[in-house]
Amino acid sequence: MTRNILSEIKKAALVGRGGACFPVHTKWEAVKATKGKIKYLVVNGAEGEPGIYKDGYILENYRKDLILGIKIASDFIKADKIYIYLNLNFFNKYKQSLNREAKKVGLSDKIIFILKPINSGYIAGEETTILNIIEGKEIGPRIRPPFPTCEGLFGKPTLIHNIETLYNVSLVAQERYENKRFYSVNVINKNKGVYFLPSDLSIEEVLVKTNNYPSYDFFVQVGGDADGQVLNMNQLDSCVSGAGSITIHNLRNHNPEKLIKNWLKFFKDNSCGNCTPCREGTYRLYELFEEQGIDMIRDPRVQDLCDNLYLSSFCALGSAVPNAFLSYLKNVYSPCNTCKSCKYD
Amino acid sequence: MYIALVIHVNLANMIKKEITIKIDNKKYKGFEGESILDIASRNNIFIPSLCHHPDLDIKANCRVCVVEIKGLNKLCTSCSTVACDGMEIYTNSPKVQVSRNTNLKLIFSAHIEKCIDCTSRFDCELLSLARRYSLNIATFKDRKGKRKTYKFSNSVEIDGTQCIDCKNCVDACSNIQKINYLKKDGKGFKQEIKATKDKNIDCIYCGQCTLHCPVASAQEQCDFSEVEKILENRKGKKVIAFFAPSVRVSIGEAFGLPYGYNSSGLITASLKRLGFDEIFDVNFGADITTMVEAEELLERLGDKKAVLPMITSCCPAWVKYVEFYRPDLIPNLTTSRSPQIHLGGIIKTYWANKLNLKGEDIITVSIMPCTAKKHEANRDNLKIDKMKPVDHVLTVRELAFLIKKNGIDFKNLKEEKTNSLANDGSGAAVIYGASGGVMESALRTANSVICFSSKAKICHSRLEFKEVRGMEGVKEASLNLGGKKLNVAVVSGIGNIAGVLDNLDKYQYIEVMACPGGCIGGGGQIIPSSREIVKKRMAGLYVDDKRHKIRKAHENEEVLNVLDYIKNKKMYTKLMHTSYKKSNRGD
Repeated sequence: MTRNILSEIKKAALVGRGGACFPVHTKWEAVKATKGKIKYLVVNGAEGEPGIYKDGYILENYRKDLILGIKIASDFIKADKIYIYLNLNFFNKYKQSLNREAKKVGLSDKIIFILKPINSGYIAGEETTILNIIEGKEIGPRIRPPFPTCEGLFGKPTLIHNIETLYNVSLVAQERYENKRFYSVNVINKNKGVYFLPSDLSIEEVLVKTNNYPSYDFFVQVGGDADGQVLNMNQLDSCVSGAGSITIHNLRNHNPEKLIKNWLKFFKDNSCGNCTPCREGTYRLYELFEEQGIDMIRDPRVQDLCDNLYLSSFCALGSAVPNAFLSYLKNVYSPCNTCKSCKYD
Repeated sequence: MYIALVIHVNLANMIKKEITIKIDNKKYKGFEGESILDIASRNNIFIPSLCHHPDLDIKANCRVCVVEIKGLNKLCTSCSTVACDGMEIYTNSPKVQVSRNTNLKLIFSAHIEKCIDCTSRFDCELLSLARRYSLNIATFKDRKGKRKTYKFSNSVEIDGTQCIDCKNCVDACSNIQKINYLKKDGKGFKQEIKATKDKNIDCIYCGQCTLHCPVASAQEQCDFSEVEKILENRKGKKVIAFFAPSVRVSIGEAFGLPYGYNSSGLITASLKRLGFDEIFDVNFGADITTMVEAEELLERLGDKKAVLPMITSCCPAWVKYVEFYRPDLIPNLTTSRSPQIHLGGIIKTYWANKLNLKGEDIITVSIMPCTAKKHEANRDNLKIDKMKPVDHVLTVRELAFLIKKNGIDFKNLKEEKTNSLANDGSGAAVIYGASGGVMESALRTANSVICFSSKAKICHSRLEFKEVRGMEGVKEASLNLGGKKLNVAVVSGIGNIAGVLDNLDKYQYIEVMACPGGCIGGGGQIIPSSREIVKKRMAGLYVDDKRHKIRKAHENEEVLNVLDYIKNKKMYTKLMHTSYKKSNRGD
């Protein structure tokens, strides 16, 4: 075990792997610095974004390391209780074995498993929403500030981490951390897989290294199949953002209407309903699509709805709603995508 | 923990550092911890807001009060964002315009316009914002046409076709009143506000949801169109209106008069203009109630077997609370009827007799600050020989609407007096409108009665009982009544009831008003209403009390005459008292 875990984490430059990439040591310092006898650790195992499977992969393969990471974080903030929040699948599959691992390190008395409510949707993976769920309150995000690090679960300083983040903590502690991350790579209508590779690879490199670089014209959605950015073949030199997924679509063979409809329907059905821009905006975007199909993109209301989602949504999930739709239109969509004279030829 | 919190708050108040911010390129002073909206409002900078209410926790869900802060990409809601020294804020930048206008348009389309019959038509926040920013209210299709309207007794309704999902009603019901009857059901665009499925919870009809709804989706079940029909075709009947003590100090707000302004004369004049034949003041009924209640209090105190503490019952929401949640406390409720029921009964008997009319030939319309009074007026066991003492109840809002709708220039009316056969009551009646007022009125009378009956040489009967006044949730006092100690408690707001119910043995007399501040904060009051506004209405009532020559109910000679008449006619119990029974959900 490392002597000073905080400085090790800082040196390793660990960032949160829930998607926001917030520096881990900053969160730890904030919780540590907040006065209070009772502090909590919350482990986020909701993994609700389509296209991302890496937390499940870690739960399947590295439970011992995960529990070690949980223990280190818990010891560091002197957590009173540890809440492990899992989606239904994870809860059924891994609760008992996680508990067994926890017992081995003397942690099981502190751990409380929380099941992600059925049909609670996408929002139930957002960290302040998880706090509300654990407290038995309404399923929806909280106003920030206060941040959970100061006033989190039951008003106490709370450290919330994604499963991959805590796994990385255990690697740092065991001096095994190699600046890698888990990539979920999906090929529409084909194979999918989780790969553990250096976190500074470009999208193209990940595709090549995993033997997933397509032989056909394609585009990708990066960082989640719901709100991830859509990029064309010439935009693959950046790193993989968010929670680390790459989904490959066939440029010639895809159906733009179906793709857009799926995104818009997902958000309409998953909005928690708390704020106007998201509850009403996602509903209206879908409505306009139903009425006009792809022609909706020429409707000035659509740009307003998207701008408004980004500018004034209550939580980050709402702000991210237009990402996929707008980046697809900007980077990929062309009415002539399926004809030979396309600029991507 | 509690102590730490108090110290924290005190320190914050003590240190209150001054800050300077810029709003739309102009400098303004504020204090650390204040929201952008606080500072803007104080300096008369308009920022629209819908879900924001000063008495509720900030939810920041309507997203209409967004502003741009220099250096930030996204916008911030001014209600929830604490201003920091040096912050540069823009309330009308291009980004703000897109966002604010889009959110407003989205909200307009979540609210089906039913303007013709809407009592908020003349004060509609949505229409005013649409005009202010020149927005098309039909940018999107109405999406809630098939939503249901949920009705609670004949008092309150939630019209799902008009709800903008701000959840102020839920917060008023849960956080202020602690009833937890209203719940959000479903999520996203499908969510709606409904009654809870929990069978152990029922609505008490207090109407605090209606008072906090920014768009009249939660509102009283209106009776004004029934009343209009009656006034258009009286069928040979006399149509009488009377108004509650608290109404006089609030209705002026709807017409630009100052808070707490006493509009008795203007209300009387406007009711006449609307076509009512005679106007009475519920103050008279309140003096009657005081007499009946003070008598019962003294009886109970003098009877060792009597049930104590005696608890007031003139608040129908509180009565509903007892009948549903605590039927074991029914014996504690005073059996005295409430002022509106007393007055209605007197008009249909005593006054009818004076004018050679039959009670059946009179229609009574009561103007109340309350939604639960509609439920009360419908109670079967209050009927007098099959007659309802009160036929229709209008909220203050409904009256203000009728006055505006009929183009009556309220402010500039010539003041008129109410019917002289039953006067406008004592000072003790006026204060019925404020939390603590019913108790103070009863104590003024009980104290005098006991003093005189004990044949003391000098009676230093107390007039003012300031310890039971004010906005606090629970006020306690230990008073001297005829040489004996009387422990009393006054509960202002049903959300504060728990502590008192847990310690009933401590008291002999308790007043409960379901709405914070009493009837001046009632669910049927003028909107906007807030604790600060209620305080000003309250001050207006106590000013009026002092203006009265007669400030004790038992010194109101006409009250004594009426009571004599009723006693002689052997109608006392029938007109003055009532009974209660355990109620089921929805009763």
